[in-house]
Amino acid sequence: MDLSRFVRETDTKWRLEPFGAMRVPAVVFADEGLAAEMDDKVFQQIVNVATLPGIVGASYAMPDAHWGYGFPIGGVAAFDPDAGGVVSAGGVGFDISCGVRLLTTGLKRSDVEHCQETLADVLFTSVPAGLGSRGHIDLSPREMDAMLLGGASWAVTQGYGTSVDLERIEEHGQMAGAVPAAVSDRARERQRREMGTLGSGNHYLEVQEVTEIHDKDAASAFGLAQGDVVISIHCGSRGLGHQIGTEFLREMVIAAPGFGLELPDLELACAPIESDLGRRYLGAMRAAINCALANRQILTHLTRRAVLSVLPDADIRVVFDVSHNTCKQEDHRVDRRMRRLFVHRKGATRAFGPAHPDLPPALRTVGQPVLIGGSMGTMSYVMAGSGDGLAHAFASACHGAGRSMSRHQAMKHWRGRQVIDELRSRGILIRSPSARGVAEEAPGAYKDVSAVVDAAHAAGLARKVARLAPVVCVKG
Amino acid sequence: MTDPTEQASGARWSHFPHGADLGVCGMGMTRAAAFEQVALALFAAITDPADIRPVSRVAITCRAPNDAVLLVDWLNALIYEAVTRKMLFGRFDVRIEGGELRGEAWGEPIDPSRHHPAVEPKGATFTELRVGPSPINGWIAQCVVDV
Repeated sequence: MDLSRFVRETDTKWRLEPFGAMRVPAVVFADEGLAAEMDDKVFQQIVNVATLPGIVGASYAMPDAHWGYGFPIGGVAAFDPDAGGVVSAGGVGFDISCGVRLLTTGLKRSDVEHCQETLADVLFTSVPAGLGSRGHIDLSPREMDAMLLGGASWAVTQGYGTSVDLERIEEHGQMAGAVPAAVSDRARERQRREMGTLGSGNHYLEVQEVTEIHDKDAASAFGLAQGDVVISIHCGSRGLGHQIGTEFLREMVIAAPGFGLELPDLELACAPIESDLGRRYLGAMRAAINCALANRQILTHLTRRAVLSVLPDADIRVVFDVSHNTCKQEDHRVDRRMRRLFVHRKGATRAFGPAHPDLPPALRTVGQPVLIGGSMGTMSYVMAGSGDGLAHAFASACHGAGRSMSRHQAMKHWRGRQVIDELRSRGILIRSPSARGVAEEAPGAYKDVSAVVDAAHAAGLARKVARLAPVVCVKG
Repeated sequence: MTDPTEQASGARWSHFPHGADLGVCGMGMTRAAAFEQVALALFAAITDPADIRPVSRVAITCRAPNDAVLLVDWLNALIYEAVTRKMLFGRFDVRIEGGELRGEAWGEPIDPSRHHPAVEPKGATFTELRVGPSPINGWIAQCVVDV
């Protein structure tokens, strides 16, 4: 991306003043290396987002920003319904509420070394992964409605986990404002037998070791210490979210001229928040968030059962559960007054700072855990939110590394068996139904997640807390 | 463009790289033939189409205001039928009249041990979406699929 058009405000903040149809500036949070490496399409996409009606503050790009559908992945934008603001299906993405859940196990690395192979096998057979895998749950229409309203809370009532888990999930495990009636029959059918499945692509379940603590106080509040074994689960709303995204994107594309919207990119399709279409999308999207929260709750239950069958002394607790493809109604101070905004975070993590009232009491002194995923052979990170408002991109941070290589390029570079063997030589066990899928997801096909995290830390979006190294990875 | 496969009729499909996702392209002498080929490209992203046996047939009907939206609808209908039936498709027959597509897809249940599915298509998108005369000959139909 050509940086000559930006004003460099700090080492990690780049500002593009409005031009043409832009209503607000665009702001990129990244060091010079990451910003320069960003695709030129990121520039076009943050400019396009800045032209949408009702946008507030700026069109933001996180340090891991890369090309996405309409909005860049790593894009953040807030809209004011009282100023004609819009909600965009492309601004949320197809995998609605894709996110990461982090679990502590009460175990140290030395506790799992003797049974690493067994643990990998048991997790692989216990957690359905990959295309064609089936969950063990078949939801009736009434159960589907209850799940779409209740999210992780519904899952707990069905025996998947305990109410203690819910305290450590965004929205306390249940997204308000979900409208199951706005979810189509086709979306429901796609999800009917997919609850408790991991999916494929970049989704994973990973056993990890805490290899470095950067912030002792925050790590202690999160229950993390050096040498601990933790588990990360990365997945989303599965077929239901994909179907909702597909259907509403189509409807918004066709309806756009009727709203007087001239879309520079069809994937920017959106509708006024205060329109029937906008309200229906929000209701369906919130139901999909509940689906994702329920899914990760069921996967947590399956993981607990699997780990305890191998390591009976394990004590698996939820550190936190974040979603990084959402649009949420939040109150933010802008121009010295609180405003009700609809914050789109696409490939971006909510990062409430210390003292935020929505955080559980145990986390209010340190801020919200921000979970940054790696890819098989690379590190993952735990960060803590810093603050809200415009300076912190409406309390947002990065979500991962982002690809540096297309799937096709990755397949030309690596074979699945080669990747699995190379990682095994480094002590990392991979389990996947697809060798080709492993090749496409090779660690070398991703950017350096450490550089992304360092930039987010330096920019003040979130603080580094702990670094996690992979031990076992189940890939879909 | 990569992985071109050409039939005697000149119909062929290919993939083109697109970040984390994948572009699918079909070409044929008619619009319908191009739609059949792009469907093959979609399932070739998952496994080798030659390994998909035409055991069962599924009928699909789509209606759309223009050819571009019709292509997105066709591919999304195939994705829906594949994921809900846990099937893969490897043979297609398409007829298009006006804004209506009537199609048939032949395939079989997914067998992970035989098909080794690489990716799970989530949805066809409006990105790099194009349906129209090919610069070479016949018709081209293409878009990016979110995987």
